[in-house]
Amino acid sequence: MIAFSLDKVACAYDQRSVLSDISFEVNAGEIVALIGPNGVGKTTLLRTMARLMHPVTGKIYLMGQDLWQPSQREIARKLAYASQSGDESWDATVEQTVALGRAPHRGWFLPLNEQDQEVVNKSLEQVGITELRKRNATRLSGGEKKRVNLARVLAQEASVLLLDEPTAHLDLKYQTEILNLVHRLAHQEGMTVIVSLHDLNQAAMVADRVVLLHKGGINAIGTAAEVMTQERLSAVYGVPILVMKHSSLAVPVILPNVQLVDSAVNGAGNDA
Amino acid sequence: MSRQRFIFWIVILSLLLISTLVISLGIGAVFIPPERVVDIITNPSQADLDPAEISIVRDLRLPRAFLAALVGAGLAIAGAAFQALFRNPLADPYVIGASSGASLGATIAITFGLTWNFAGFGPIQLAAFVGALSTVFLVYTIAGGNVKAGVISLLLAGTAISTVLSSVTSLFMLMNRESTHEIFSWLMGSFNGRSWPQLTVSLPYLVIGMAILWFASRPLDALSLGEDTAQTIGLSIGKTRGVVVAAASLITAAAVASSGVIGFVGLVAPHIARILFGASHHRLIPASAVLGGLLTLLADDLARTLMAPFELPVGLITSLIGGIFFLYLIRTRQRSPRGGL
Repeated sequence: MIAFSLDKVACAYDQRSVLSDISFEVNAGEIVALIGPNGVGKTTLLRTMARLMHPVTGKIYLMGQDLWQPSQREIARKLAYASQSGDESWDATVEQTVALGRAPHRGWFLPLNEQDQEVVNKSLEQVGITELRKRNATRLSGGEKKRVNLARVLAQEASVLLLDEPTAHLDLKYQTEILNLVHRLAHQEGMTVIVSLHDLNQAAMVADRVVLLHKGGINAIGTAAEVMTQERLSAVYGVPILVMKHSSLAVPVILPNVQLVDSAVNGAGNDA
Repeated sequence: MSRQRFIFWIVILSLLLISTLVISLGIGAVFIPPERVVDIITNPSQADLDPAEISIVRDLRLPRAFLAALVGAGLAIAGAAFQALFRNPLADPYVIGASSGASLGATIAITFGLTWNFAGFGPIQLAAFVGALSTVFLVYTIAGGNVKAGVISLLLAGTAISTVLSSVTSLFMLMNRESTHEIFSWLMGSFNGRSWPQLTVSLPYLVIGMAILWFASRPLDALSLGEDTAQTIGLSIGKTRGVVVAAASLITAAAVASSGVIGFVGLVAPHIARILFGASHHRLIPASAVLGGLLTLLADDLARTLMAPFELPVGLITSLIGGIFFLYLIRTRQRSPRGGL
């Protein structure tokens, strides 16, 4: 089943064109990573898919239905979006913030019932912030705020997730946990995940397919091994990039090909 | 804070408000002890009560105190709503031009000696009410309906139009020096001489506006996360923004029309409520209302007793005390381990 389908979509801010002729499909239960250089339009594309901005031209379908057809609330039950900044905190507790994710199901005037509370508890647990539940959401670290944001998104119980740089500002432990969670949500619970990642290794590791954006359009689309070749990545990013094979997994490993120079400082590097 | 604790504190604050109300009814040029005030309110037919005192309490002080508490409550709720809408703790009920529109309306009514009456409003009240609502409508038409442009355009248009209208008001004051004092005292806000007619005229607008905003508690919670996030959890931004602006402006217009521009209550009351009860609007709105009512009532008591028989404008008291209290809050909160405001 096709979860998301984009047909010749073009996006622009005011009159400035950001992306054009974007067409691809995302299967239900699939993880698709959007990759590409800074400023290429990954966030713009995710915001357009989240119905936060209108495409200039083209059509977007969510589970076969025009994205702009249903009510905002109907969309929110199927589609959840976590922004890049994660700065959606307000002066309330973590639990109250996450509970707002239940709004598409409960409406705006009824208090949470037991089932909602269970979903909130599960979401807090899934991103590992149960112990923060009574804390003020504004007084958390950047990484904690990002996880609160993700828990709120999970509380929406949508079948399609749009995640904008969910691992940015997190340390390796939480990067790994978030990527594990994304993988589990898609491959065990059948959720569809479209995620933008600037870290190509993370994209290679977790995504079923990657969409490489470059110069206002799609440069390549396919599995990480197909898309992430040394020649293509070096050309797209404009710097020499090393692509190697992972010793045990069938994914490419990407390294910046830094031009190392001999140190001019006396003795440095010659300690041995 | 648990639900029981919240209710306990709201009851305590409400009792404090009621006691302040009873004391307010007793103080002034003629002092009436609280127990006699209670007698006059609950059982005025008692033979030993002085008819003059009954009249002072029931015709003069009671409607004035009610109006002060109600206007304070309304301004506090409107402030809380605008703070959520703009995600800015410095937003107040006048942020999108209600006070400048009301001031210009009142100034025109005073300068030209208008004598129109409509729906129970006198000429100044009517002009202020219409001025406030039409300014907000203008600001909203220019900027507010454009969801894509974001809420910030509303703030900018409000500031720009307020500046223009304030200049026009100043021009009227300069050109017409004999009315300057009257205009100026109106601009400073006062409950002096307000009685049942002003209360009954403003009451429906204040109560309806406050009820709508309390009803919109959860959408206001969602807006506190930012409009993008609110939208992705299913909130219709355009509709919600329209309803919040309309309800908060109705309150502000009714408050300004009945008692002039009273500053700082709409800023300080929600701020204290947030510190005490958190930012969830289901609690913040009633708590702000009780605190706003209490603060405005106390300010009015000070306004009419500090320099008696001369009465100070209540807006002067709220701004003076509110401003100093705000500075105190900033200082103490900076030093607290939780930091920030």
